[in-house]
Amino acid sequence: MNYLKLILATTLVLPFVVARADLNVFACEPEWAALAAEIGAENVTTYSATTALQDPHYIQARPSLIAKVRRADIVICSGAQLEIGWLPLLLQKANNRKILPGTEGYVEASSLVKRIDTTTNVDRARGDIHPMGNPHVQTNPRNISVIATELTARMMKLDVANAPAYQTNYNSFARRWSEAIERWEQQALPLKNKRAITHHNSWVYLARWLGIEVVANLEEIPGVPPTAGHLSTLVNRFDTNSVDFIIRSPYQDVRASKWLAERTGITAIELPLTVGGTTDATNLFTFFDAIIERLLAASNDLE
Amino acid sequence: MSNGIRGGLLYVLAIFFTGGAAAQTEDIELLRAALNELRQDYELRITALEARLANAEQQASQMASASTAPAPVARNVSAGRAFNPAIGVIFQGQAWNHQKDPDRFSIQGFPLGGEAGPFEEGLAIGETEINVSANVDDKFTAWLTLPVAIEDGEAAVEIEEAWLETTALPNGFSARFGRFFSAIGYLNSKHAHSWDFADQPLPYQVFLGDQFLDDGVQLRWIAPSDLYIELGAEVFRGSRFPGAGAQKSGYGNRSLFINTGADVGTDHSWLAGVSHLAATALDRPSGDEDQPLNFSGDADTTIAHFVWKWSPNGNWKQRNFVFQGEWFRTTQDGTYTLPGLMPRNYDIDQRGWYAQMVYQPFPRWRFGARIEGLSSDDSGPAFAGTVLGQLPDDPRRYSLMTDWSNSEFSRLRLQYTLDDTGPFNSDQWGLQYIFSIGAHGGHSF
Repeated sequence: MNYLKLILATTLVLPFVVARADLNVFACEPEWAALAAEIGAENVTTYSATTALQDPHYIQARPSLIAKVRRADIVICSGAQLEIGWLPLLLQKANNRKILPGTEGYVEASSLVKRIDTTTNVDRARGDIHPMGNPHVQTNPRNISVIATELTARMMKLDVANAPAYQTNYNSFARRWSEAIERWEQQALPLKNKRAITHHNSWVYLARWLGIEVVANLEEIPGVPPTAGHLSTLVNRFDTNSVDFIIRSPYQDVRASKWLAERTGITAIELPLTVGGTTDATNLFTFFDAIIERLLAASNDLE
Repeated sequence: MSNGIRGGLLYVLAIFFTGGAAAQTEDIELLRAALNELRQDYELRITALEARLANAEQQASQMASASTAPAPVARNVSAGRAFNPAIGVIFQGQAWNHQKDPDRFSIQGFPLGGEAGPFEEGLAIGETEINVSANVDDKFTAWLTLPVAIEDGEAAVEIEEAWLETTALPNGFSARFGRFFSAIGYLNSKHAHSWDFADQPLPYQVFLGDQFLDDGVQLRWIAPSDLYIELGAEVFRGSRFPGAGAQKSGYGNRSLFINTGADVGTDHSWLAGVSHLAATALDRPSGDEDQPLNFSGDADTTIAHFVWKWSPNGNWKQRNFVFQGEWFRTTQDGTYTLPGLMPRNYDIDQRGWYAQMVYQPFPRWRFGARIEGLSSDDSGPAFAGTVLGQLPDDPRRYSLMTDWSNSEFSRLRLQYTLDDTGPFNSDQWGLQYIFSIGAHGGHSF
């Protein structure tokens, strides 16, 4: 009987006894969780709704995610409708007024930078396009600098007690980050004017940053898997003289890029689209190290 | 002596008598705290300024280097809705082949109500659904579903759902009011276009009239725990099946629900719940419209549901598998009036269940199987030989389906059902389409 009481008491109380960090950060994608961890360090608990092996368009509003949003102090997401299928549902179901759009607790990363490919043509015949622009802003480290300052300001506002710590961490991060950007830009000089075919239109920010030209996508229409017909037109249009590499993300089906690589001889590579996408991309710094290393390795293969 | 001097003297005396050193340290502490506060405030402002500056620089440099025509910097956030209000239209249509007349359809022992029963045979558009939603202001959000159906050759618009919900209640609460699908069960609140089969499983058809909705209020609470726990209660007017006649002064149907769920690793997630609907009915009609049987009394339904989803690495788009099952128990206690007869006491305990699996082996294609069953106690000699009398066998249905989705917004489905609900077995074939335009629907679990 006593055991029963104990079990009952534990089950009732346990959910409310939670390890309290000062800020709970719910990130839609791993890169924003990594950024929050850089600035928050031991004062924040970060959680990423997706992993680098998941297509962030097609996530379901799972019970676990609702529970996480319920307790979040900050929600940070790429935005530009990347999470339109599930984030509005999570926000509606989690009953947490602190993180609704328009509050200090809601940070939409892509709204802080200049988005590429904004359009007023929202015809879905052209695929699942984002009229607010391409949401994959994390592939340009200069975007991350801007987003880091805003995230820091929000964290300092929401957790005043730890504001000095956030400021210190931010200063250190900002210094290391700009040094790293300089280094990456130096390393990536040979990549300028290289041409790429990308699986999905996920790499426009990286391409523009490094001066790479994206000549085509494996998906003829964004969000619709590559079709045999489209792939064979690509075989006819491109060869090793006109394209340097075919890029895909870890969550995308390898078959399309492999098929095209076999027929054209163009090198196909897998690049992490976020932190955790490859085993060496363990944080924001190694994420870009991994991208540039792989691109350089692939372009050396050519010569 | 002026007040200032007197105050100063008192202060000096106070320091003298209470120990000046201590007071001084306290003062210094106070000063230090004030300074700290000041510094934090300035640091905050500086960081904000830095952010704005960096942003401005970024914009300037990108404006300069942008090869495309300069577009306005998109500062608007998108987790709300791009258009206001968000409008979506869902087109549904089907062609069915079976040997049952929807108007005369009945299952021995299970009087039907609401929308229950098979689809019309042949080509037919079902409901065309118009959804409109938007935030009302900073504290309320609104949703409207208007199905347009062709009934007896004429288009009929209905208000299926029209509700408002709070967004700003504290401590994990929210309240909804208006007309809405009750949160009981798993499938009850799902709109027809998100079902995995063209029709609802038998227990939903029999015990809830396909889906239970009514005018009412709902209070919902989410626990602040890592384990998802949702508790809720609803009160409805009581004008819809399984209730009728807006009993209890117009508060005739009441429900309670609890849901819980979690992830297991990255590949698995589950949801389980129990819910209860207590309905009261006065002259609730079933069967033939011209010669209905009427029930008056209490109809209590308890539902347990379990859903388990699997996807390698949680990458839903590529490959996924869903198992779901629900178990129903309904007790009805009251009187039934058969056409032309006096009311007779009716006290019965009935069960229903279904289990289904849907597998998506690769993008676009899904395959599913479903089994459904009903069982019932004997209604007693008073109903022997009537439509409410005992059934020889428990009703069963077996279904297979496959569907193809070109995108998130289009779906074509083929479904086969072996209907063994009596009096004869029937093979039912259905082709269905579901298309949506406008507002992007959500991927609810």
